[in-house]
Formats: sequence, C-alpha cells, structure tokens
Amino acid sequence: MRLFLRRAAFYLFTAWAAITINFFLPRMMKGDPITAYLARNQGKVSPDAIQSLQILFGLDNPKPIWQQYVEYWGLLLRGDLGISLSKGLAPVSQVIADALPWTLGLVGVATVISFFLGTGIGTLIGWRRGSRADAVVPVATFFSTIPYFWIGLIIIALFSTTLKWFPASHAFSRELTPALSWPFVGDVVYHAVLPAFTIVLTSLGGWILGMRNMMITVLDEDYITVAQAKGLSPRRVMVGYAARNAVLPQLSSFALSLGFIVGGTLIMEMIFSYPGLGLRLFEATLAKDYPLMQGMFLVITLSVLVANILADVAHAILDPRTRQEAA
Amino acid sequence: MTATGITDATPALAVRGRASFREGFAMFRNAKSITGLVIIGVFAVLAVVGPWIAPYDPDATDLDHRNEAPTLAHLLGTTHMGQDVLSQIIVGTRGVMVVGFLAGVIATLIAVIIGVTAGYVGGGRSEALSAFTNVFLVVPGLPLIIIVASQFDDPNILLISAVLAITGWAWGARVLRAQTMSLRNRDFIQAARVNGEPLWRIIAVEMLPNLMAVIASSFVGTVTAAILAQTTLAFVGVTPISDWNWGTILFWAQSNNAFPDKWWWYLPAGLCIALVGMALSLINFGIDEYVNPRLRSAGDRVRALRRKGIRVSAEGATIVRR
Repeated sequence: MRLFLRRAAFYLFTAWAAITINFFLPRMMKGDPITAYLARNQGKVSPDAIQSLQILFGLDNPKPIWQQYVEYWGLLLRGDLGISLSKGLAPVSQVIADALPWTLGLVGVATVISFFLGTGIGTLIGWRRGSRADAVVPVATFFSTIPYFWIGLIIIALFSTTLKWFPASHAFSRELTPALSWPFVGDVVYHAVLPAFTIVLTSLGGWILGMRNMMITVLDEDYITVAQAKGLSPRRVMVGYAARNAVLPQLSSFALSLGFIVGGTLIMEMIFSYPGLGLRLFEATLAKDYPLMQGMFLVITLSVLVANILADVAHAILDPRTRQEAA
Repeated sequence: MTATGITDATPALAVRGRASFREGFAMFRNAKSITGLVIIGVFAVLAVVGPWIAPYDPDATDLDHRNEAPTLAHLLGTTHMGQDVLSQIIVGTRGVMVVGFLAGVIATLIAVIIGVTAGYVGGGRSEALSAFTNVFLVVPGLPLIIIVASQFDDPNILLISAVLAITGWAWGARVLRAQTMSLRNRDFIQAARVNGEPLWRIIAVEMLPNLMAVIASSFVGTVTAAILAQTTLAFVGVTPISDWNWGTILFWAQSNNAFPDKWWWYLPAGLCIALVGMALSLINFGIDEYVNPRLRSAGDRVRALRRKGIRVSAEGATIVRR
C-alpha cells in the first residue's frame, strides 16, 4: 500500500508539474502573438474564446499571478484549452480529441510490438552468448542510432514511391468514409503498415540490447546454476528463470523511456502525414498556433503519464516483491 | 538498462578507493571505445577546419550544374540550386558537433550536481530531488523542445543547446544518484568523513574519480540524444534553416523532392548522423563493459570452452556430450 501511495503521489506531482510548466511557458516568452492575432481578426472571435485565451496566455496582466493560476486551473478542469488559431477557430480540445485515437492506435501498437519482439530477440541472443547470434548486436546498434525521420523518408521512397506496395501518407483513403466496416478497417491497417514498421525498426535495437545485457548479467546468478543442476529443460531455465528476472529492469526502463519514444513517433507522424498528434503539432508550429501547441503538450504529457501507470501495474503483476511490500 | 548494470558492478569499480588519474582513462582503453573515439575525433577535426577545407561555399549557387549526380568536380553531387552537397556536409559538421557537445556539457553538469547531491544527502531531500529528476524523465522532451524553440524567431546555438540539456539531464542524474548512494557507505568515504575532510573534498576528491565511468557514459548518452534531437529540429524547420547542419540538408532535400531519386543529396547527411551515433554508442559499450565485466567476458568464456569441446548452455552448468 505504501508503495502504491508513493507512486500515486509521484504521478499527481508530475501531472501538476506539467500543467504548471504549461502555465509559465507562454508567460516567460517575449512578444505577444495572440494579441496581434486577435487585433487582426477583430469580430471573428467570440468574447468567451478571447477570455479563455487571455487566461491561458496571461494576457490579462494586471491580475496577480496566483489569481491567473487559479483561473487557469478552472479553465482546465472545464476541459477548455482555448481555440486553435489555425484550425478555423475550432476548440483545441476538439482538435486534440480528433487526433488522439490515431496516435494511440499507431504508437501504442507499434511500441508494444517493438517491446515484445525486442525483448524476445534479446532473450535469445543473451542466452546464446558467444555464438553467431552476437552478430545481431552491431546491427541493432546501427538501427537504434539512425535518425528516425531519415529512415522514415527512405522507407517511403523505397516501399511507396518506387515499389508502390503501401501508401505513403494519411490514415485511410479519401474515398472511404470512416465507419466500423471491414473495408475501412482493412484500409486503416494497410495505411498503418509503413509508419508502424518504421517505428518498430528504429526502436527495436534499444530493447534487444537492453534485454541482452540484462540476460547476461542474470545468467551468472546462482539460481540459474541450481535450475540447470536440477535438470530442468534449457527452455524452462531460459524463459522461466533467466528472462523472467531480466525483464523487470527492462520494464522499468520501458516506462521511463516512454516520453522519449513518444517524441520520436511524433516525428514519424509528420513524415507519414498521419493525422495524429505529431502531425497536428507540426502544423501548429508552422502556423505559430500557440494555443494548439500548449494544449498538445499537455495532452501528450498526460498520455505518457497514463502509459507509465500501466507499465507500473504490469511491473507489480510480474514482480511479487512490489506486492509483498503492500501486504 | 545501463542503470542496473552499473549499480550491480559497483564493487569492481570502486573497490580500490581513490582512483588515480591514469585509471580515469582505463574505461576508454578497449577496442570499441577507441574505434568510437577515433570516428568522433575525425568529425571533431572536421568541425574545426570545415569552413577552410570545404571545396565550395555551401550557399554558393551554380545554376549551370543543378541536381547533378556525383562528379569529380562535385564529389557528392549538387542540390536543386547547384550548391555543392559535400561542402554543406563539411561546413554543417560544426553546427552538429558544437550543439551536441555544449548540450552534453550543460546536461552533465546539471546531472552531476543534482545526482550526486541526491545520492549523498539521503532522506527526504534525496527523495524530493529524485522525484524532481523523474518528472524531467517522464515529461516528453521533443514536443517541449519544439514548443520552446518555436517561440523564438531566431534561436541561436547556445539557446538550442540549453533547451536540449534541460530536457536531457535526468537519466544521468538518476544513475549518478544510485551510484553515489552505494559509494557513500564505503569504508574509504567513512574514513574520510571521520578524518574531518570537508564535504567538497569528499565529493570532489574521494567520490568523483569513482563516478567517472558513470559520468562519461551519461555525457556520451546525452550527446547522442542531443545530436538526434537537434538534427530533427532542423529537419522539421523549427530552428533556422539558414544555419548549415546535417538536419538542414535533409530539410532542403525533402522540401525539393530529393526522395527517392537524388540519393546523393539525402544519403550522406543521414549516414553521417548514424555514424556519429554509432561511434558514441561504441564508446558507451566500451564503458559499459569496463564497468560490468560480465558483459565483456561472457562471449569469450563460452567460445574458449567450446574450443575445448565443451558445450556450455549457460554459465556454471556444463552439459557433457553423451
């Protein structure tokens, strides 16, 4: 229970920190793009929207900072993130709600595939250390150091422009209307193949190397020797004794590197014009759409926190020690 | 991943107590680290002398030689404006190396100050610093960098490095905290404390030499991340597209439809980034194997036994042929 409370406190603290960073960022910046925009578009923006923009960006300067902070929280709790300047003045929360499912689907599935595949390969080459399987290590290193946007562009050039096997952009064909039907779902999967493959390709190396190194460390432990002396099958020793313990640090590093992974996959969405958060963030930066950027950062950070909580739960299920502390 | 490896191997690292200056470089004395250092060294030299040895001015246009594949006059071909790609790569090296190095130095300084303090003080203050570190670890860095950088019209190199450092120090601080915590109860540190050595001396003279491998590895890791992030920013167009670095080259290549046919325009820049990243990883592998000898010897021991005709499926238990 104590551990659980500590983790909960940590997540609340991080969420608070992210929201507070989001509050102070626009206030520390020089210049005031929002007022300039509002002056240019007088009459088009509703007074309500102007008021929320003023609270979000601290344009209402005479008020003391703590009062601005309280009003900012009030706005967030009502789910009001202001209006997007580049998306026809649509509410930011609406723009993000439209984009979020695409990102969660693509990045979520690709990351999970990459984690399981990488951990599996890492287990095998850690177990067969000193054999020809070690040749995987330099290859994996190379793929984890190439810039993801570059490999994305090359994969588009190869599989889409030249071979014409897969579409290079968008999440589904323009002719189709989104519906829960087989043709539409099939089309979505077809469009997701290249971006998902690229994400897996670039992130796989890290998981392979991490798991291999943990396996090699764990294989020196006495309980592995005991398990083998008992005559257990090599497979059982590899999976149930070595990998079972080596995966725990792998899972913690998975949770902690999520923020980093998300950053990389956002770039993928830009390259593949995939209608998720990454593409919207890119469009927002080009259009200097500050309300959309701020809202985006908040939602991305909170999503990463939720993913971290899930990884924590998985860790608690796999590691009896965390549960023992609770009893 | 490295975190646990390093903490597991502490006895091997710190058992001698005060490490000498010569030992400080022992972690680089292996084939992997040396290969990595040599590659980085070549690029570092290029960063210094680049503008003088580049065959052309990277901005100079030559409308008679546009979109040319590599020739003797232009070893890596030309862009849509007839600019020499090789010169752009050579001149762009400085931007990449300076930002990577600066971000690495700043981030490592923050990591050492916060990590070592959090590891040494213990108790509630240590927990607070650790929570602070974890916040920076969890908050996704790249979106934050993009948002901060796009607030400025013309972000300069120092600003970009500082932003990259602020989003990149947390991992190092976390590893350093763990390592410092395991060091502070060692006999030689206790002895120094009982002898009445001042705090700064305990940290600077007794502890830091034993933390060098961890510090070096976190420095190298930050530089790798900073170079990737910086070229990404340049490619996305958030940082000024007039400053040459490898990301800018890819930005121009992509916006002028260089993919897939004009390979000479986009392949070299990407390969250079990959090469630097690879070199930095090699240095870190060398350090990892120095810190955690199991990683280094595992393969060798199995191979040596196999030469003797003994098949080893896992350490310790050998399976004799039936």
